[in-house]
Amino acid sequence: MAKKIRVLVAKPGLDGHDRGVKVVAAGLRDAGMEVIYTGLHQNAEAIVESAIQEDVDIVGLSMLSGAHMTYFPKVRNLLDEKGASDIMLIGGGIVPDDDKQKLIDDGVVVALFDPGTKLQKIVDFITKSVSKD
Amino acid sequence: MKEDLNKIREERAEYDKALASCSSRDEVGFITTSSEPVDILNTPADIEGFDYLRDLGLPGSFPFTRGLHPNMYRGRLWTMRQFAGFGTAKDTNQRYKYLLDHGQTGLSVAFDFPTIYGRDSDDAFCEGEVGRCGVAVSSPEDMETLFDGIALGEVSTSMTINGPAAVLFAFYIHAAEKQGVPQEKLRGTIQNDILKEYIAQKSWIFPPRPSMRIITDIMGFAAEHVPQWNTISISGYHIREAGSTALQELAFTLADGFAYVEAGINAGLDVDTFAPRLSFFFNAHNDVFEEIAKYRAARRIWARHMKENYGAKDPGSWLMRFHTQTAGCSLTASQPENNIVQGLAAVLGGTQSLHTNSMDETLSLPTEKAVKIALRTQQIIAYESGVANTIDPLAGSYFVENLTNKMEEGAEKYFEKIKKLGGVVEAIEKGFFQREIADAAYRYQREIEKKKRIIVGINEYVEEEKPDIEILKIDPQVEVEQHRRLKRLRENRDSDLCDKRLEDLKAACRGTENVMPRILECTRAYCTLGEIVEAIKEIFGTYTEPPIF
Repeated sequence: MAKKIRVLVAKPGLDGHDRGVKVVAAGLRDAGMEVIYTGLHQNAEAIVESAIQEDVDIVGLSMLSGAHMTYFPKVRNLLDEKGASDIMLIGGGIVPDDDKQKLIDDGVVVALFDPGTKLQKIVDFITKSVSKD
Repeated sequence: MKEDLNKIREERAEYDKALASCSSRDEVGFITTSSEPVDILNTPADIEGFDYLRDLGLPGSFPFTRGLHPNMYRGRLWTMRQFAGFGTAKDTNQRYKYLLDHGQTGLSVAFDFPTIYGRDSDDAFCEGEVGRCGVAVSSPEDMETLFDGIALGEVSTSMTINGPAAVLFAFYIHAAEKQGVPQEKLRGTIQNDILKEYIAQKSWIFPPRPSMRIITDIMGFAAEHVPQWNTISISGYHIREAGSTALQELAFTLADGFAYVEAGINAGLDVDTFAPRLSFFFNAHNDVFEEIAKYRAARRIWARHMKENYGAKDPGSWLMRFHTQTAGCSLTASQPENNIVQGLAAVLGGTQSLHTNSMDETLSLPTEKAVKIALRTQQIIAYESGVANTIDPLAGSYFVENLTNKMEEGAEKYFEKIKKLGGVVEAIEKGFFQREIADAAYRYQREIEKKKRIIVGINEYVEEEKPDIEILKIDPQVEVEQHRRLKRLRENRDSDLCDKRLEDLKAACRGTENVMPRILECTRAYCTLGEIVEAIKEIFGTYTEPPIF
C-alpha cells in the first residue's frame, strides 16, 4: 500500500477565521491523507517545528487576515533554514492577485487557493505535486 | 380562520398525487441555505392551531413577532451603519467623516487583529497585522484621534470588540470626556459577546469564566453610569459565518443571551436594570424566507423567555433589538459584482440597523466607491422599494408562519440539549458548538461540490476571466507609524502613575470589586491597551482551544 500523504494545515498569527481550514482539513482527511491541524494563533517557528516533527510532505497556511506577505515568506525561509526545503508550501484564503503572483514568482508558495475552491481541486493538486517528488 | 382543514387535506392529497406525474428539477436539492428541505407548498393545514394574538400579536406588543415598535419604519428607518476601519486612527477618521457626509446615520468600528486580541501595535506577535483587517487602536490617544471632529454626544457608535471590550469602552468614555461629553449622553454598543468567541469567532483572550465576570462588571457599571449604552451585542453573525445553519445561529445566539441574563442575575443584578441594554446581531444569508422566519422567531422566543422564565417586568427587557449584516461568506471572489444584497430580508424581518457588505469585501477591505454603492443599496430599499411603508408584510403567509414555528421548535430543542450538557460554558468546554458548526460547514461545501445547491459563479456559470476590481491597499508604513506613536506616548506620560494604576486594576481582578472604574483610571493615566490586558492576564490567565475538524 502506498504511503499516506502527510499534510500540516496551520493558522498563523492572530487570524481566527477557521471555517476554511477546517473544511479543507476534513476534505483532505476524507480523501485519504494524514492531516495534522495546528489549531489557532501559531507563530512561524511553531508551524515549522510541527512540520518537521510530523514529517509532512506539504504545509498549508490559511490566511484571511492580510498578513500573508509576512507569514508565507517567513515560514518558507524557516523551512529552508532547518533543512526542510523538500516540504512544499501552499496556502488558502484572501490573497489579492498581485500578492499571489509575487509569492508564486518568488518561489515562496507552489499554489494559493481562493475561498470557494473545490476541495477536489486541492486534493488533486496535492496528490500530483507530492507524487512528482 | 374558518377553513375546513379536513377538506383542505383531502384536496392536498389529490394535489400531491398530481405532483408525482410532473417533471421536477430534482438534481438541485430544494433545500434552504441551512440544508433543510423546503415544502413545495403550504396551506392552512400546516399551521393548524395558529392563534394570531398568542403567536404574533400587533407590532409593539407581546410577543413582538411582527416587530418591536407600533409604527416600525414609518416612525424611524433602521440605522444605516457600515462597519469600517483600516490603517491608522487618522485614516479611519477620514472614512467616518466620508460616510457621515453621505448620509450614514451611525458609526461602526472595525478594529485590527492586534487590537481585537488586546495587543499593542508594537507587540512582536503582531508583525504584518497592524491596520490590516481594521483600525489599530493601541492607546487612549489613538481613540481620541479616531473620533477627532466627530461629536460623540450626537453620533451612536458600535464597536466590534470582545476580549478587551472593557478597555476599548473605557477608551471611548475617555475620548468623550476629552470632548466634554458626559458618560450619560453616550449612545452605542460594544459587542462584548465573549461566548460566541469561543463558539465561532475565536478571538478570545481570557478563559470563559473570568470573561463572564468582566461582562457582568460592565453591565453593572453601564447601568449606573452609561445608561444609554448597549453593553452586549449578542451575535449570531459570526456563528453563521463560521458555517452554522440558520437554526443553529438562532439557537446558539439566544442560548448565549440567556447565559448572560443568568450571569447578571447570579451576580446580584436586577434583570430589568441590564436586560433592556442587551442587543443582538444576526446574519442575513441567501435564503430570504428562512432568514425572515429566523428574525421573527428570535423576537418571539426572547420575549417569551424573558417574561416567563426570567421574570422580567419591564417590557424593555422583552425586546430583542438587533443589527443585521449581510453574509460575508456568501460573497464570491470569482464574480464580486454578482453579490446579491440580502439587506431586503433583514428589513422585511424588522431589523433595527443594517450593514450591507461591499462587493469587494471578499478581496480586501472596501474602497470608498464600493462602500458608497453598498450604502446606496440600503437607501434604495428604504426609500424606493416601498417595503418600509408597511409592517411585517409576510405575516399570515402559511409558508412563513410554518417556517417561523419550525425555527422556534428547533431552537427549543437545542436549548434542552445545551441544558443537558450543563449550560453554555460547559458545552463550549466540551466542544459541542464547535463540532456542530464544523460539521454544518463541511456539509454545505459538499453540497456545493455535488451541485445540490447552485452558487452562481462558483459551481455554475463560472467564468475563467478574472474580475478587474480596485482594491484597498494597506500601506506597510501604518505599522511603522504606530510604533512611532506608541514610543512617543510612552516617553511623554507619567510611568509611575501608570504602574500604580495597573497594580490597582490587578487588585480589583483578584477581589470582587467592579473592574470598570479601575480600567477607566488606567485609561486616564494613558496606559496602553496591551499593558492593561497584560495586567488582567496576569490574574485571569489565557485560553487555548483543542483543534477540532
